[in-house]
Amino acid sequence: MHKEFLMGNAAIAMGAVAAGVDLASGYPGTPSTEVLENTAKLRPEGVYVEWSVNEKAALEVAAGASYAGARCLVTMKQMGLNVASDPLMTLEYIGVKGGVVILVADDPGPISSQTEQDTRRYASFSKLPCFDPSSVKEAYEMAFEAFEFSEKYGTPVILRPTTRICHAYASIDVRDESEYVTHKPEGFIKDSKRFVIFPRLSFKNHGNIVKRNDELSEVFSNDPRNILTPPGKNSKKGIAAGGISYAHLMEALKDIPDDDKPSVLKISTPHPFPYSLSERFMRDRDEVLVLEELEPVIEDELLKTAGKYYLSTKVSGKHTGDVRAAGENSIDDVFSYVSKFIGIKPLEEPSDVLSDAPSLPVRPPVLCAGCPHRASFYAVKRAMKGKKTVFGGDIGCYTLGNAMPLDMVDSCLCMGAGITIPQGIGHIEPDTRCFGFVGDSTFFASGITGIVNAVYNQSEMTVIILDNSTTAMTGHQPHPGTGHTLMGDVVEKVDIEKVLRGVGVTHVETVDPLDLDKAIEAVKRADSKKGVKAIIFRSPCVALIRKGRALKIDENKCIRCKKCIKEIGCPALSVEDGRIVIDGSLCNGCSLCERICPTGAIKKEADHE
Amino acid sequence: MNKNIVLCGVGGQGTVLASKLIAAAAMKKGLGVMSAETIGMAQRGGSVFGNVRIGSDLFSPMIGKGQADIIIGFECGETVRMLPYLKKGGYVVSSVRSIMPTTAALGDTGYSAQPMTEYLKNNVAEGRLSLVDTLEAEKELKSSKVMNLVLLGAAVRTGVTGLSEDDIISALPDAVKPEFIELNTKAFFFTK
Ligand code: SF4
Ligand code: SF4
Repeated sequence: MHKEFLMGNAAIAMGAVAAGVDLASGYPGTPSTEVLENTAKLRPEGVYVEWSVNEKAALEVAAGASYAGARCLVTMKQMGLNVASDPLMTLEYIGVKGGVVILVADDPGPISSQTEQDTRRYASFSKLPCFDPSSVKEAYEMAFEAFEFSEKYGTPVILRPTTRICHAYASIDVRDESEYVTHKPEGFIKDSKRFVIFPRLSFKNHGNIVKRNDELSEVFSNDPRNILTPPGKNSKKGIAAGGISYAHLMEALKDIPDDDKPSVLKISTPHPFPYSLSERFMRDRDEVLVLEELEPVIEDELLKTAGKYYLSTKVSGKHTGDVRAAGENSIDDVFSYVSKFIGIKPLEEPSDVLSDAPSLPVRPPVLCAGCPHRASFYAVKRAMKGKKTVFGGDIGCYTLGNAMPLDMVDSCLCMGAGITIPQGIGHIEPDTRCFGFVGDSTFFASGITGIVNAVYNQSEMTVIILDNSTTAMTGHQPHPGTGHTLMGDVVEKVDIEKVLRGVGVTHVETVDPLDLDKAIEAVKRADSKKGVKAIIFRSPCVALIRKGRALKIDENKCIRCKKCIKEIGCPALSVEDGRIVIDGSLCNGCSLCERICPTGAIKKEADHE
Repeated sequence: MNKNIVLCGVGGQGTVLASKLIAAAAMKKGLGVMSAETIGMAQRGGSVFGNVRIGSDLFSPMIGKGQADIIIGFECGETVRMLPYLKKGGYVVSSVRSIMPTTAALGDTGYSAQPMTEYLKNNVAEGRLSLVDTLEAEKELKSSKVMNLVLLGAAVRTGVTGLSEDDIISALPDAVKPEFIELNTKAFFFTK
């Protein structure tokens, strides 16, 4: 063992590698992305890793490898599991041979997600065991242990950290390389009675799974990861917690005298729920409080425990309005819930010193200075000015195209819906010019089927592919269009233009969006054609290229009309004492503003006379 | 005693490297460290924070209101935003620079550094505030990329982090490419 300072996601990767993982697959999504990236970085000889085209493919690839006896790690964010839910639900009926750990990162807040869905609910829905770490250290250990557990019970295991675990860092003890498990997959042995799902097999295995989960409830009741600490001698109360809320709770309890401390139940295995343990926790308690984020999973289970064992313990939490129903439990929230529940005033009430502060600006995230998406959106906006339009948006940096002043995203639902939502609107309102915006990675993940749908069903629409040759939002992962893989291999690019033509889109143009006039022309041309048309706006993500020379504004020429700011809203442009200025440390010289300024005041430094 | 350090600024300003350095320096001394930071959408120009906690009995990586021993602010408005996290008598090291968000540039309300730095002067205890002229530092160091080290230097010299200058300098090679060590070292000592 030795100590390392690790991000939660890196710790999970390291735990999996130490457990002898043979194959790791996944699709990027905050807050899960770094797990697979770190697995790839640590990858010992012979271990296979891939960014799959989407989460469904990732889980299916892993299922195949597991049938061949391999230990597999599959990574995704919570909404990715919606995409992978099809194989997930059935894989539990089939079971696994090599251990399968499905890492699904939840995002209370949400901080970078569309929903606050709770993967623990998926665990009970799909009947899978679920591990829920409350620290970086525990995430490491659970990732290590989950593979053996998975093989022992023949089931995939869900490892479900949340953002504050994934993106926290801690100095923790980790195994030396000499302590790693070496694992040799046995190979695939044909057995159609085992690996081919049929109603009869489903029926039989369904019964077995229910029995096994009853058994696991007992196993988890004695698992040292579920901790029950007795109360102080004055307390008749208890607090149950899981995930990061447990860590916050332990901080809050530091200030409470030992005799007044409540009993604490830490739930690390929310499914199957350890009922004998929860019965012991509740038996002599008058009242218990449940601290958890997202869904009231533990709370529901404690209510069930009360019913099952005829207990009169009062259960407080989300259902009773004592704990917030939505958003993350901040450490301040937990401090106040605990002091209210125990009836002890905190030593020092946090003061709100800001009441008299000058008003602080809101600071929503924006497209980077020089981002080519800004130019693409602006070109479409200019080309379609005055027409009745709808702009379908999708998931990626370019969702930020909704912000003022661009205001170019009318809808955003889920991956791929940027292409299909406008189709629906078009069928109801045929006089609307329909546009669907989709990024290159999203195009491959779930855009293609929507385009086939449009072609087949005779939609009238223009698909705009924002091709910046990377998966930018999640930190620049490769994808089928980039020509290299996570293994580091250089491969043939899957050509977006050829795919579009192949599925029957006849009008396809590839244009550099920073060439504004040509870009506007291309949009007008596509819009004038019938059927499904496509424009690929190709220009690399600014975070990946060398920063160009910043532009400058000639004060003598600038008439302070603010057109540059009002039209495109580049964050490098701002107002200083009434003057319009470009922040040289942000500007990357994309020259979009130069093309907009009516007086020619914005120029490359060298061109100023 | 645990040390709680809050870093804050605007996405892209390099708060992450600064918290990594603090953590690496503390680890080298055999201290326990936990930290947390903003990763994801807010990194695109939104408000970002980093929490670093050093000590022996840590459970949560997050710092609550009124718990920070020091706030290191990369943008003066963001420093003001985080003030509720400061302990009574805690230290504040802040850049004097303001970054105008596009939302403010679009409107007519305006946004500038001066009211923010004034507010800091009026609300941080005597002798506990150090305002760093990062604009001057940028000019002198001919780089806008090392303001994190300039601020970190000023923070370490308050003495409140429990880390010495040498602790940070010896951790530099773990976090910075060899060709940038000289520039980062210069930045670290800029306010000395
Ligand atoms: S050239 Fe203009 S639009 Fe492009 S990054 Fe610089 S300020 Fe922004
Ligand atoms: S568009 Fe040109 S003239 Fe108008 S404010 Fe911007 S730089 Fe000045």
